[in-house]
Amino acid sequence: MNKRYLDITDVGIEFDTNGKKFRALQKVNLQLDKGEFVSLIGHSGCGKSTVLNIVAGLYQATEGGVCLEGKEVSDPGPDRAVVFQNHSLMPWLSVYDNVALAVDQVFRKTMSKAERREWIEHNLRLVNMDHAVDKLPGEISGGMKQRVGIARCLAMQPKVLLMDEPFGALDALTRAQLQDSLMTIQAELGNTVIMITHDVDEAVLLSDRIVMMTNGPAATIGEVLPVELDRPRDRLALAEDQAFVHLRQQVLEFLYAKQAVRKPAEPAAVSPPQPPRLAAVQRSGDSDSPGDSNDFEAA
Amino acid sequence: MANTVLTGGLDHRLDQILERFKRGEWVKALVFPMLGMLAFLLVWQFSADRIDTSLGQFPGPVQVWEQVKGLAEEHMRERDREEAFYDRLEKRNAKKLAADPNAVIKERQYTGKPTFIDQIVTSLLTVAAGFVIANLVAIPLGIVCGLSAGFYKALNPIIQIFKPVSPLAWLPLVTMVVSATYSSPDPLFDKSFLNSAITVALCCLWPTLINTIVGVTGIDRDLVNVSRVMALSPMVHVRKIVIPAAIPMIFTGLRLSLATGWMVLIAAEMLAQNPGLGKFVWDEFQNGSSSSLGRIMVAVLAIGLIGFMLDKFMLSLQRKVSWDKNALLR
Repeated sequence: MNKRYLDITDVGIEFDTNGKKFRALQKVNLQLDKGEFVSLIGHSGCGKSTVLNIVAGLYQATEGGVCLEGKEVSDPGPDRAVVFQNHSLMPWLSVYDNVALAVDQVFRKTMSKAERREWIEHNLRLVNMDHAVDKLPGEISGGMKQRVGIARCLAMQPKVLLMDEPFGALDALTRAQLQDSLMTIQAELGNTVIMITHDVDEAVLLSDRIVMMTNGPAATIGEVLPVELDRPRDRLALAEDQAFVHLRQQVLEFLYAKQAVRKPAEPAAVSPPQPPRLAAVQRSGDSDSPGDSNDFEAA
Repeated sequence: MANTVLTGGLDHRLDQILERFKRGEWVKALVFPMLGMLAFLLVWQFSADRIDTSLGQFPGPVQVWEQVKGLAEEHMRERDREEAFYDRLEKRNAKKLAADPNAVIKERQYTGKPTFIDQIVTSLLTVAAGFVIANLVAIPLGIVCGLSAGFYKALNPIIQIFKPVSPLAWLPLVTMVVSATYSSPDPLFDKSFLNSAITVALCCLWPTLINTIVGVTGIDRDLVNVSRVMALSPMVHVRKIVIPAAIPMIFTGLRLSLATGWMVLIAAEMLAQNPGLGKFVWDEFQNGSSSSLGRIMVAVLAIGLIGFMLDKFMLSLQRKVSWDKNALLR
């Protein structure tokens, strides 16, 4: 297998906010195999989303670059589809039309109208949303919206599927359902996936590798943890599996001992390792893209 | 639940009204507005009795109602006269043709005085023309400004300078320019019509322009990113994402724009002598008969009522166009 399907090399980015330079990322190196599922985990504000946005082409790296199948990518494109945290469906388009917008754009030249229709319906079936094709996003639940968001991305047949905390805004039960769906789909289609998450269990359950990031500014990759659990994975069986528990422990240790969030006046060396505060940090929202303030402002 | 709201929009509204009626909310819905109206009429009548002008007493509600009837009768009479005129014309032509099949038939236009209703129609046409001209410019320009920060920065000073300019300042310039550039032996539009319409357009351009810009710049960044990831072409991006997202703000602009246009129109017509409501008010003022003030008051009420109906029309249009059928529009 080609070890360098997706190659992120020495990527760094510096944001310029009102003349002040802010270095968000430094020397990020990551290689993905085809069909690999990698999770990015780290504290809020460490630049996980920034990495994803650079791969997507939504941000331009200040140095370094991203190669996909040996070709450098710097602009956004449907070969690197993004599932956003808050589904980002067009509220004025029906479920079907939301997927159709993507499909018509990507397969306009290669598929006939009937083929495209079949393809849209196929992708909605894949995420179990074929029962609500004519509904508007406002009329379906948050979990359903995220399913449609995933269908929209899958329908573009991306080379890499980028997921920015796809299940972060959902309740625990819906999240578990969607994780299972995602595992099934990934087993079937063999997508290459980079997923950002705050949820340690989610990372261990879904990933082939967990990439743990250090705290910003100038964040980079701290450790990479291979997850060698057999697939298909079953969440109930894994809950008591020693290997699973051990992996989970390692991620927690990285997050709360090695990369404990420092209190401002306290130097890191003095700060005692904090006990795992599972509930508090797992669900904290991550709306931290330093680039937001850098974007186009309306006067 | 969501289904009932969607499928039976009208039924649902009707149900709501009936429901309110049952709960006795009609007291609030009907009685209070009526009380307010009654109080207004009383105050009006009371103060009108105490104002004497050189054209007689200021008209109260009763006198104004008389004028409404008078104007309606005038309209009917004028219509009858017009019909009689065309009748006579037709008969005369028929007779001519019977006597000599090769006779040249003269088509004459009836040239009676425009009635109050005719003037309302003229005003509506003028404001519609100005409104359409303005928004054919404002919406595309607003979208471009909203999408491009540079374009916006270039245009913003111009918008800020021309936005507060009164129609009365524009009118002389518009008149001179139209006189100089629009001259044909058989003009499609009257010059006075063009003057008024263009003046209206110059004044009702701004609300739509500004609101469209705000609407377009305010699009959810994530939706823009989705569009970038899909690599939508600029045209598809505008059609499928920018316009639907900005529709609520565009409509806010359109409603403000139409209200401004209607207000400006009256002033423009007064000065441009376009045969509409503004000219009606001016002529009555110059006329100075004992019924003039009453007739002007009828025009005032008609202007208000039509303005209100225009806004209601825009609101129902927005309901029809908007994708968010549950949005509270007011």
